[in-house]
Amino acid sequence: MAGPGGDMQWCFSQVKGAIDDDVAEADIISTVEFNHTGELLATGDKGGRVVIFQQEIENKSQPQFRSEYNVYSTFQSHEPEFDYLKSLEIEEKINKIRWLPQKNAAQFLLSTNDKTIKLWKISERDKRPEGYNLKEEDGRYKDPNTITSLRVPVLIPMDLMVEASPRRVFANAHTYHINSISVNSDEETYLSADDLRINLWNLEITDRSFNIVDIKPANMEELTEVITAAEFHPHQCNTFVYSSSKGTIRLCDMRASALCDKHSKLFEEPEDPSNRSFFSEIISSISDVKFSHNGRYMMTRDYLSVKIWDLNMENRPVETHQVHEYLRSKLCSLYENDCIFDKFECCWNGNDSVVMTGSYNNFFRMFDRGQRRDVTLEASRENSKPMQVLKPRKVCAGGKRKKDEISVDSLDFNKKILHTAWHPQDNIIAVATTNNLYIFQDKVN
Amino acid sequence: MEVNAEARRILAVSISKLYASRTQRGGLRLHRSLLLSLVMRSARDIYHSSREIEAQLADAEPMEAGSCSWDQWSLPSLRQREPESARQSRKRRGKVSAAPDFLPSKRARLEPGEERYAAMLGSCRAGAVESLTALSLNRVIPAF
Repeated sequence: MAGPGGDMQWCFSQVKGAIDDDVAEADIISTVEFNHTGELLATGDKGGRVVIFQQEIENKSQPQFRSEYNVYSTFQSHEPEFDYLKSLEIEEKINKIRWLPQKNAAQFLLSTNDKTIKLWKISERDKRPEGYNLKEEDGRYKDPNTITSLRVPVLIPMDLMVEASPRRVFANAHTYHINSISVNSDEETYLSADDLRINLWNLEITDRSFNIVDIKPANMEELTEVITAAEFHPHQCNTFVYSSSKGTIRLCDMRASALCDKHSKLFEEPEDPSNRSFFSEIISSISDVKFSHNGRYMMTRDYLSVKIWDLNMENRPVETHQVHEYLRSKLCSLYENDCIFDKFECCWNGNDSVVMTGSYNNFFRMFDRGQRRDVTLEASRENSKPMQVLKPRKVCAGGKRKKDEISVDSLDFNKKILHTAWHPQDNIIAVATTNNLYIFQDKVN
Repeated sequence: MEVNAEARRILAVSISKLYASRTQRGGLRLHRSLLLSLVMRSARDIYHSSREIEAQLADAEPMEAGSCSWDQWSLPSLRQREPESARQSRKRRGKVSAAPDFLPSKRARLEPGEERYAAMLGSCRAGAVESLTALSLNRVIPAF
């Protein structure tokens, strides 16, 4: 069966992570991000660790089997901390990872928890010096009296070692919990956003940041909305957007003023009164906003849908895709079990023709914009034979359940896919279930 | 009326969530607390409105036993009732916030919330939702 993007057929490629059903909380994946070439894939988890996978060189003897991702580096990015002033623990969970464009041999990424952003340098070492004059090979200093000649140390090959070192720590700039970071196209600055403020940083300077958005009211009792996500425009270094818990998106131009409290554009769709319910406010809260690669569109994710906005049209989205509309009648139960607060992310494919987002029961959805088709796929160990084609899944909203359909009441709401990523050039996707990372690829015909 | 019971249930659930969020790692989450307080406020308004309708219907004619599913309850039909109940609630809020004038203006975090959450929980369990509405839901956010 042809899927989105023409004759794309998604096949299982790899799965990373423990097989046991008993999930350690520290292993819960909290963010997934490809780098700009797609060669590297980074994941962050609740335990503050970052694991980077690298795509191996293509296997020429098996052209239909695209290269695999193997562990390249693992490091502890953040540790739990304690704020003594407020008597609060600061979680080490990695909220976001963003890669910097590569400028030299080393790779750089930004990782953030609730309060602190760190710039990590990941570099390879495949040579080591040998033949020091004053030291033995094991590091002990020689007795100077035994040294009779002088030699130049030489570099000899060694097993590849990948080192991760923290180069910058950007701390103490956020009172509230950081939800987003975004690297500017100028490759010199980046923004970090918390619930009420957005700060602009220079990658070189850690002791200062500029506050560019501040929506904190003078009286906190008047608080009606918070910032939920923010992102820089992919090409225009002066433009960024931020989404709110009220379902609005504001586009700001940093050339207009130092403090961008006044938006340049406000994107908001009037609420459909027939859908008004007690939980309307919660489900309209935007959990993710992403610009398209070409910079013409942006996509927002709220609890039940994905919306695509043309930057030139503020009053309504150009496309709305229902992710799991069958949940609308279950909002009360989803409120009780806390699922209504889940923050799903969304992503674009390389040429902006297909968008993807996660759902429950380890389902994820793809929407082909051009062909106006959508598909539901599942990430599960049962469908994890090499190159096994994923069969489209269907949820039965009510009435008679057909064969192979799954009823809404059978969905496992503990199995949620919040984080997904699409390779910037190829049809390779990374989908994170609770503690496993699945990699799927398009079957190359 | 079923909606009444639903409103109370939602309120009880919301309060227990607020209470539980105090002890979770990472501290209180502003976004989540804001959404909880919005739900609680709506539940309180609907509870009041439905009680007023009940009272009015009881005066007019015997009430029909109707089943209303919570999710199908449309808020716009209740909006006309809102000004009165809102005015009432506003009056009550004013009284309560005037009360603790004798307390120092600078309070340690979470203390006001702690008292209120305990009071909310206790009164909810006793079924006295009226005391809930007397407490300002706005006090949830200033704890930040």
